[in-house]
Amino acid sequence: MLPTFSQFVATLGAFAPMLLHGVWITLQLALLSLLLGLVLGLLGAGAKLSGVRTWRLCAQLYTTLIRGVPDLLLMLLIFYGLQTGLSRLTAWLGWAYIDIDPFSAGVLTLGFIYGAYFTETFRGALLAVPRGQFQAAKALGLTFRQSFVHVIFPQMMRFALPGLGNNWMVLLKATALVSIIGLADLVKVAQVAGKSSQQLLAFLLLAALVYLLLSSASNLILGWLERRYAGGVQEPSR
Amino acid sequence: MMELIQEYWRPLIYSDGYQITGLAMTLWLTSASLGLGLLLALPLSIARTSAHRWLRWPVQGYTYLFRGTPLYIQLLIFYTGIYSLAAVREQPLLDAFFREALNCTLLAFALNTAAYTTEILAGAIRAMPRGEIEAARSLGFDGWKLYVHLIMPSALRRSLPYYSNEVIFMLHSTTLAFTATVPDILKVARDANAATFLTFQSFGLAAVLYLSITFALVGLFRLAERRWLGFLEAGR
Repeated sequence: MLPTFSQFVATLGAFAPMLLHGVWITLQLALLSLLLGLVLGLLGAGAKLSGVRTWRLCAQLYTTLIRGVPDLLLMLLIFYGLQTGLSRLTAWLGWAYIDIDPFSAGVLTLGFIYGAYFTETFRGALLAVPRGQFQAAKALGLTFRQSFVHVIFPQMMRFALPGLGNNWMVLLKATALVSIIGLADLVKVAQVAGKSSQQLLAFLLLAALVYLLLSSASNLILGWLERRYAGGVQEPSR
Repeated sequence: MMELIQEYWRPLIYSDGYQITGLAMTLWLTSASLGLGLLLALPLSIARTSAHRWLRWPVQGYTYLFRGTPLYIQLLIFYTGIYSLAAVREQPLLDAFFREALNCTLLAFALNTAAYTTEILAGAIRAMPRGEIEAARSLGFDGWKLYVHLIMPSALRRSLPYYSNEVIFMLHSTTLAFTATVPDILKVARDANAATFLTFQSFGLAAVLYLSITFALVGLFRLAERRWLGFLEAGR
């Protein structure tokens, strides 16, 4: 039977704390994976553009393998694989059993996967910054760290942001996969609430709506960031 | 490892003895949803770029909904959500359709890829050089003829690089099918893992299969771009 709206609102009240917690888990998962992915992406882009051949090869292998294999497969491989590997290691060392929780596995996997996509985005953006900027920073006597933080990074972000924005949108939606390895995120919670209240469709649609709100909010923030980092470039033409 | 391959190569590639499984199922899911999605996206992309708001806005709403939410939730809605309604189960036709996991999966995948493809094609239609359209008009092309002979062939060619991304994305998304009990490559790998505890080997075999399909698709699209996008190179 189709639940009436008032019935749905009544059940919604009962499940609200659970659902809010699910949204919070999803947000944490997405933001922590974003952080890990950004760090890996910067390191990967550095390795791809470095003069050392081994690093270039490693980074190439990383991005090719990760982007050629489905994210869900990698997630299962890392979740089950890490668990088996760790339990063998702890048994061999005689330590206590270490359990990997789905949240850490999710952050590690999503960060690791999207790090490969961020690597490509950052690589392209770094190449778009004119070489003269590196040389000018060096000529002014800035250290490598100073020239990266104050000269290269702000300029690179302008080129990287559209790509990063796309990657973030894909990452945000990929967090839904982590419910498959048992994390009580928004999707899982909506399923549980829907099944126990016999209003599965309504709760699934609600979860979809939350994702829609999150992506719309991301769009607004990304637009603001893009305007901010484009500031120095647009000013002359105003 | 050899035992694992001996026992599981058949379901991994084409059949477990009862139904199509593994690689064959993954390829079928990918091509069927892409085919349906493209068929749907052709008219929708024209509507998306239409001058009429009542044509443009509904399509924009559709792509916004399907691109703004995870495919996994869409699959859950089509597979479990809709069938949980008694009204659907009481209708013989709807009941027959939504009872089959494969139907729900294909419907969700096709609607999802159609939304992305619509935006890709609409972008290519908008990027058509005005001069080409004016030239065609001056030669007497008008209305649907303009679309059939000029705009759509050109838009399809120009969107090839973006569409290749979508195809690989769709291939990777088909792994979700196992959550709806459809026996694709990942489902077989999971069964192998559960039965043998050879985690790295089971998922590794599946990963090799997916990597091979990805590389084959990338190669095919490179050939296709050389064949159908060559005319853009000449102008440079």
